[in-house]
Amino acid sequence: MRMKWVAYPYLVWAVLFTVVPLFLILFYSVLQQTDNGWRFTWEFFQKCTQPIYLKVLWRSVYLAFLSTLVCLLLGYPMAMILSNMQLSKKNFFVLLFVIPMWMNFLLRTYAWMTLLERKGLINTVLGYLHLPSLNILYTDQAVILGMVYNFLPFMVLPIYAVLDKMDKSLIEAANDLGANNFTVFRKIIFPLSIPGVLSGITMVFMPAVTTFVISRLLGGGQYTLIGNLIEQQFLVTGDWNFGSALSIIMMILILLSMSVMSRYEKENEGGMLW
Amino acid sequence: MNFLKRFYTWLIFAFLYAPIVVLIVFSFNDSKSRGSWDGFTLKWYLELFQDREILTSLYYTLAIAIISSLIATLIGTIAALAIHNMKKVQKTVVMNVTYLPVLNPDIVTGISLMLLFIFIQLPLGFFSLLLAHITFNIPYVILSVLPKIKQLNKHLYEAALDLGATPIHAFQKVILPEIMPGIITGFLLAFTLSLDDFVISFFTTGSGVSNLSITIYSMARRGIHPTINALSTLLFLAVLVLLIVVNNRISKDNNAKERVA
Amino acid sequence: MKKNIKLIFLLLVFSLLLIPLTGCSDQKKPVLHVYNWGDYIDESVIKDFEKKYNIKVIYDTFATNEDMYVKIRSGGGNYDVVFPSEYMIKKMLNESMLAEIDLKNLPNYQKIDSQFKNLSYDPANKYSIPYMWGTVGIIYNKNMVKEPVDSWQMLWNPKYKKQILMMDSQRDSIGVTLKLLGYSLNTKNNQELEKAKLKLIEQKPLVLAYVVDEVKDKMIGGEAALAVVWSGDAIYMKRENPDLEYVVPKEGSNLWFDAMVIPKTTKHKKEAEMFINYMCSPEVAAKNANYIGYSTPISQAREKLPPEIKNDLDAYPDQAVIKRCEVFDDLADSLAKYDRIWTEIKAAQ
Repeated sequence: MRMKWVAYPYLVWAVLFTVVPLFLILFYSVLQQTDNGWRFTWEFFQKCTQPIYLKVLWRSVYLAFLSTLVCLLLGYPMAMILSNMQLSKKNFFVLLFVIPMWMNFLLRTYAWMTLLERKGLINTVLGYLHLPSLNILYTDQAVILGMVYNFLPFMVLPIYAVLDKMDKSLIEAANDLGANNFTVFRKIIFPLSIPGVLSGITMVFMPAVTTFVISRLLGGGQYTLIGNLIEQQFLVTGDWNFGSALSIIMMILILLSMSVMSRYEKENEGGMLW
Repeated sequence: MNFLKRFYTWLIFAFLYAPIVVLIVFSFNDSKSRGSWDGFTLKWYLELFQDREILTSLYYTLAIAIISSLIATLIGTIAALAIHNMKKVQKTVVMNVTYLPVLNPDIVTGISLMLLFIFIQLPLGFFSLLLAHITFNIPYVILSVLPKIKQLNKHLYEAALDLGATPIHAFQKVILPEIMPGIITGFLLAFTLSLDDFVISFFTTGSGVSNLSITIYSMARRGIHPTINALSTLLFLAVLVLLIVVNNRISKDNNAKERVA
Repeated sequence: MKKNIKLIFLLLVFSLLLIPLTGCSDQKKPVLHVYNWGDYIDESVIKDFEKKYNIKVIYDTFATNEDMYVKIRSGGGNYDVVFPSEYMIKKMLNESMLAEIDLKNLPNYQKIDSQFKNLSYDPANKYSIPYMWGTVGIIYNKNMVKEPVDSWQMLWNPKYKKQILMMDSQRDSIGVTLKLLGYSLNTKNNQELEKAKLKLIEQKPLVLAYVVDEVKDKMIGGEAALAVVWSGDAIYMKRENPDLEYVVPKEGSNLWFDAMVIPKTTKHKKEAEMFINYMCSPEVAAKNANYIGYSTPISQAREKLPPEIKNDLDAYPDQAVIKRCEVFDDLADSLAKYDRIWTEIKAAQ
């Protein structure tokens, strides 16, 4: 399968539209415009290490991590169920799963507010049933709920794609050899699905760290996340240097955590990161 | 066990669709506010069809989403195949470059692309918006297709070649069907992302080309107009109906095939 | 399988054919690019303008002043008329981004109320013409708040713990606190800002949430007792929920303006001035004020509004209220200070 030349269109594109903008950021993060021209400085990176900004960073990573975890725990069983469905129902349900994501994100988040409010729909229903009311709006739980809601398909679909075409004969062979369902899962299904799991985690964790609309609306804007902070630098304070430095720090952080995870990839073809 | 599966599936789908149901219900609310229900009305639907701005945004949103997803899927699939065959060092570098748009916060991607377009003097409009969307879609396609390629049995391709198939034929009959779920997943993800993007779109478009996200987010200060709810409801129903119709046709096809076999 | 591929191909080809259609434009008619907030104009007004002057209007929207600023500053927009807020106008002026407006081309300029002319951010109205204005104040639910509300201090009352909504906006929330402490809401003084910061951190446990536009639905739905809002939104909220009352506190508040400007890079200055002039005509201004629900600076337009609005003291307050309100100034280099303070407030536990 010597098709490397085929990668060239993509590589050209990538260089032009991905690498060039990256250089812009790198450029801004260390070069400051003064009256005498540009000067190289680490001060923007140093600013990032101030405790208050580290706190913001930690908060963002923590929330993203929890959301990714919940996504994985909820999403994996769903992917399994989907992949085990009959062929006729399978595609239908997969699409049914994705369609809610085609409604505008802001609208769906507002809808969650209507559901979760003190006098919102969920509490109204609970009230009718004489059950205690649920007041999770403006807490961390609401933010995680919002993030999971938004990112769940990004976790389920890659895992589903991998589980779907798994060689069923392997499972049958294991069963014949006397393994129970749990062992089959642990030794065969899960290890073979790891590429999909890692894809899913990547596609959830990364955007989850930089998202901030959910925490603003469902978290009541109680705290600044790294996404807010970066946006504020670029838009409000006009401090593109600091904003770029923050972005780079965040990128490095995520790359590091992904490389830790890719150690779990047994095949170790280096296809993920580092 | 079956009951548990059914229950879990229903639970997850209820979770996914709860906000959609809320949206649909409030599209019939006589009040502009989510905080009060003033009665049933169809006036927002009527207003929707007279709103030139929203309908134009809808057109651009769909056009950009479909075109950018198709192109991104094409480029991404080919790239994934090529990346899979690279040597370790080259592969690592290319994969890291691939992740960059995903890693960057939207605002950074949006502004840097805008600066790039301005620098090369590309006027901001439909074409620049399309380029931006393709750019951030490709990594997701690659991330979806690559696991499937890894899962492939390497020997199947060689076996096909040994049996006399040309490389292209072998590719079409052996590899493509195997990685198709990944390609479709990639396309769906790209389409989904494209529909919903605001920040990157905002900074890379101009000249009256707006997508729905921009129109909606621009209403954020004033409060989102219920005509948007009406639009979303119609879109949702349209897609649902389409899905059911297509599904029926496919199962009819499958049934026909089974009868023949 | 083959059928699917063919279908996809057709779809691709079809979509690509649609692109040329989007490039179509009437080369004969002059074109005007307008950049405004979302849902901030009566759309029939645009159609009428197009018909009357035979000019095509291309209408784009933005979500915040800052988004718009970055776009225009970077050269990413060929806009002819833009609707920024007052502090952003000052900023754009300071950075020479605006073109001078020839008031001789705007006969409707006289129709604007004199108290809205020659404001601090643009004396002599050389660069901007006011569009909508209002105040910032407290909206509260009569049933939930039995005491009289006349001071910002009410938002620090522990009795209303977790029933208070503050604005998720640096300048508005810090500004309001500065007013409570008796300082100017444009201050750059470190000590004053530090005091404001501490006051806001002190308030944090009492705050239910820092909100943006969802404040309207929340107050209407009775989710909170007190909130900081703009006067225009207050009018709408009062209409939807008669239990709500609005007040501009005695310590003073913010007087805000959204105005029309012409960027320096415009290629259609004449048409832009025609548009601005058109927006200042009383019939058009009344239409806009009616649709948007905010206050218009044109007295003849105000006369055309329904009595319950034009006589509403919250929509059109008297001189006493306006006198104790300050207009935002551009903070320039101090923006970073405010940003830092806001981050610290948000990061506090």
